[in-house]
Order: sequence, then structure tokens, then C-alpha cells
Amino acid sequence: MIRVENLTKYYGKRLAVDNISFNVEKGEIVGFLGPNAAGKTTTMRILTGFLAPTRGNVYVAGYDVITHSLEARQHIGYFPETVPLYTDMTVRNYLDFSAKLRGMEKNRIKSRIDEVVEICHLEEYIDVIIGKLSKGFRQRVNVAQTIIHEPDVLILDEPTVGIDPIQVSMTRQLIRELGKERTVLLSTHILPEVSITCERVIIIHEGKIVAEDSIKNLSSIVSGSQRIRMEVQGPSKKIAERLRQIKGIIRVSYEDSRFIIECTVGQDPRSQIMEAIVQGGWTLLSLDTMEMSLEDIFLKLTTEEETVQ
Amino acid sequence: MKNTITIASKEFKSYLTSPMAYVVTGIFLVLTGVFFGISPATYDETSIRGFLETGGIILLLLASVLTMRLLAEEKKMGTLELLLTAPLRYSEVVLGKFLGSLGILVVMLFLTFYYPVLLFIFGDPDMGPIVTGYLGLFLLGCTTLSVGIFASSLTSNQIVSAVVAGGILFALWFVGVAASYLPQAAAEVIGFFSLSQYFPDFMRGIIDTRGIIYYLSITILFLFLAIRSLENSRWS
Repeated sequence: MIRVENLTKYYGKRLAVDNISFNVEKGEIVGFLGPNAAGKTTTMRILTGFLAPTRGNVYVAGYDVITHSLEARQHIGYFPETVPLYTDMTVRNYLDFSAKLRGMEKNRIKSRIDEVVEICHLEEYIDVIIGKLSKGFRQRVNVAQTIIHEPDVLILDEPTVGIDPIQVSMTRQLIRELGKERTVLLSTHILPEVSITCERVIIIHEGKIVAEDSIKNLSSIVSGSQRIRMEVQGPSKKIAERLRQIKGIIRVSYEDSRFIIECTVGQDPRSQIMEAIVQGGWTLLSLDTMEMSLEDIFLKLTTEEETVQ
Repeated sequence: MKNTITIASKEFKSYLTSPMAYVVTGIFLVLTGVFFGISPATYDETSIRGFLETGGIILLLLASVLTMRLLAEEKKMGTLELLLTAPLRYSEVVLGKFLGSLGILVVMLFLTFYYPVLLFIFGDPDMGPIVTGYLGLFLLGCTTLSVGIFASSLTSNQIVSAVVAGGILFALWFVGVAASYLPQAAAEVIGFFSLSQYFPDFMRGIIDTRGIIYYLSITILFLFLAIRSLENSRWS
């Protein structure tokens, strides 16, 4: 449904997207993961026809977004990251306007507005002026606008940024729901979000694709090594020495009165650590595993690539 | 065409929900009303020349203000992204905005109809110059609005848009005056490009095809430039 071939985009002299290619098949939910300024929004803006690429071809639903832009756009539902809305319109008028612009038939619009308002839980706010809605509700209006014309392809640019946790899980639920029949490309810089909602992930960093894999394979990359953070009352040097003797622990460091312990893959030495602490007569205050951050993954992916080369 | 009408009606309604259109219309009515009331032409000739002469110049100013938000605000708020990712042609966007603002202009002109009505009640005015006067003002209005939309397409700052539009319009209006200081041949050529060149004919009751063609072509030119400027943002 989405085909990107050797896409490159320069803003003036600044390179934003560097020769990327990927496909999204029909019915797939694909996560587009990357830190800020990685080129996610630029790529999505090119997919939706808002920006033109410097080089490369982009096809959506079989249409070239440059030469057959109108046909391609007809198939796309786009959720822009900045949540742009006409603040002087009511929710109903705005959705009506969006539906008309997407060429929906007049007698279908009214019932469809009722449907999307129900999906997005906006019933009570349908006749409120958008300017008076809070950020979370504007986000919902933006979602409603994205799906009003029942598009085959959904392009969602950071749809869960800036809303409260309840709405975040609601939005993710909605995305999974929508992804059952539609093709979804979802951009985010939050790692867990991808594993919750997507089947496949494309990781982009500094305009380049650094990894493209299924969620299962990604998590094995992530769990390449494991880290444990621990707070213990007692003589730190002695404790560290004791910990190093435990099998499976690669490195022990001590910072901010906490121990950071790195272990080899597949090993879980937590029970041995506990034993050692009890035997030493020290007191364990806290112990938790540290999740790998997005930065760690990029670091890992990019450095691994270099060692391969 | 359907999309153009959708945008035009959205713009027109959005004018009605903001104070801008009311302020602009109010100022237009007060100023033209005053000049209509004190102009000797009203009493000596029972004509609406007092209204038309000032109306033209006031339009240059008010059209710049009326159109400044049309594209600049969309750029600033980011809503242009919604508009340009919907299956719309750039020309439909620009034309829709133009027609929406033209709607306000028509309402504004409609509200001045009581000037000639007063003349008919208290005198016996000549119908011809009134009709052609309104036609001239309408055509001039189209031109000013298209220049305003073009200026609005250049920037995301509404003030800058209004100043640029005002600058272009006043330059086009007074270029005829400036030309009169030049040698006659040059003055005549430059005079052809002046917004004020053809307006007096319309006030006198003359329909000059050159005038109609001039105003329409300037309108089309600036709408075209606005479309190109919008397209250009895609390649930035």
C-alpha cells in the first residue's frame, strides 16, 4: 500500500531524509520509530503530498504521490503531529468540512460524523467550538478528522504525544482496532508504544533507516544485554567485589549511591544477588531492571553497523 | 468546483464568526457614508460620485486587511497542512478563499445601496452612472482581494501580509499620478497599468472594455501568482 523508493529530501542544504526505501503491505501496522529530528515527519509529509521529495519515488495505494497526487491523497487519512485545527469552528462543522473536502457524499456525511464522534468519544462536545477544547480533546478531533472518510491508509504522526495516560491507551486501542482492516504507518519516539501497537518497525536515525524488522526480532536486539539497578545499605566497595564474583555479571559500577549491574543475555542473576546480600548481612533497599532506552538502541544499532563494516 | 464552493462557504462563514468582517464593513460604511453626505456631487448632480471616489481608495486599505488572514493564518496555525493533504488542487484552495472574501465585498456593497435609494427619494438621479459605478467598484474590489490573497500566500505573518498588499495596491493606484511627471509617451504606457486609470470612466457611466479587461486580468494574474506561491511551499 505504501512504497518508498530511494527517497531523499533536502531542506536547502540540510539533508533531512537520506535515500530511504521501505514498503508497507496492505493491512499492516508499521511503527516508524526514531528520535526527534530523525526525518519521521518529513517522510510522512512527503507521503501525504504536503512536501515534494528532492529525489526518489513514493507510491500510496498504487498512485505516485507526485504525478497522481489527488488520487493518492484520496486514500490517505493523515494525523499531523502539530494537531492543526480551525479553532473558530465547532467540532461538527469542522468534521463536515473535512468530509466534504475528501469528496464524501452529502447524505453519507451526517451518519459518518455520528459514527466517528462515537468512536472518538466526542458526543458531548460535538457542538463546542474547537478553540475551547483542551489539548486531549483536540487530539481526538484530529483522530476523527483522520478517519472520517474511511481511508485505506492511515498515516499517524506521533498520535499519543501530549495527552494523558488514559487517553494514550485509548488511542493505542483505537489504532489496533483500525489496523485490522487498514494499513497504518505510525510514527513515534516512544519505544514501548511500538511493541504495543505494531507488528513491524522501521527505525530511522538522522535521516537513514538503521533497522527494519518485526517486533520479535527488535526485542531480541533490545535484550542484547540486561541491566539491573540496585540500592544497598552497606560498604559499597565490599559489595561490589562480592557482586563481581556472581556468574553472569559482566560489569558492576557504582554511581549516585546506586549499583548498576550489567549481565549477559539470557541470564537473570537476581536471586544470586539477593543471596549474596543476605549472606553479607547488608540491607537491600531497591532492585529493578532497567529498560533500554531508544538512545541505547540507536547507539547499539549504529555502533554494531560500524563494527560489521 | 465543488471543493472551491466548500472552501468559499467555509471562509465566508468564518468571516461572519470573527469581528474582522464587521469592523471592516463598519468602517467602510461610516467613511463612505460621510463622504457621500458631504460631497457636493450628491447635491449638485444627485450622483453617488462622493461615495465612489472615496470608496475606491478605502477598498485598497480594507481589502488588504480583509484578506490578510486567508493564507497567512493557515500557515501560522499549521492548518495549511490539512488543506493541502486533502485531495484538493492548489487552485481550488486559492479560488475558494477568493470567492469567500468576495462574498464579504458583495455584502459590503449591498449595504451601501441606501445611498442611491436616498437619491431616488429626494431627487431624480441618472441610473447609468450608478450601475456602472457599482460595476467599477466591484471590479476594483476583485483586484484588491486577489492582490491581498497573493500577499497572504507569501508569509505566515498577517501584519506583513496586510502591509505588502497595501504597498502593492497603493503603488498600482498612484503609478498613474507618478507617470504624469514623465514624458507623455512614457506616461501613457505606464498609465495603462494604473488601478486608478479606468475608474473615473466607470463613475461617469462609461463601460470601457479596456477597463473591464484590465481589472479582470490583474485579478487573474495575482490569483495565479498566489497559486504558484502556494505550490512553491511544497518544494521548500
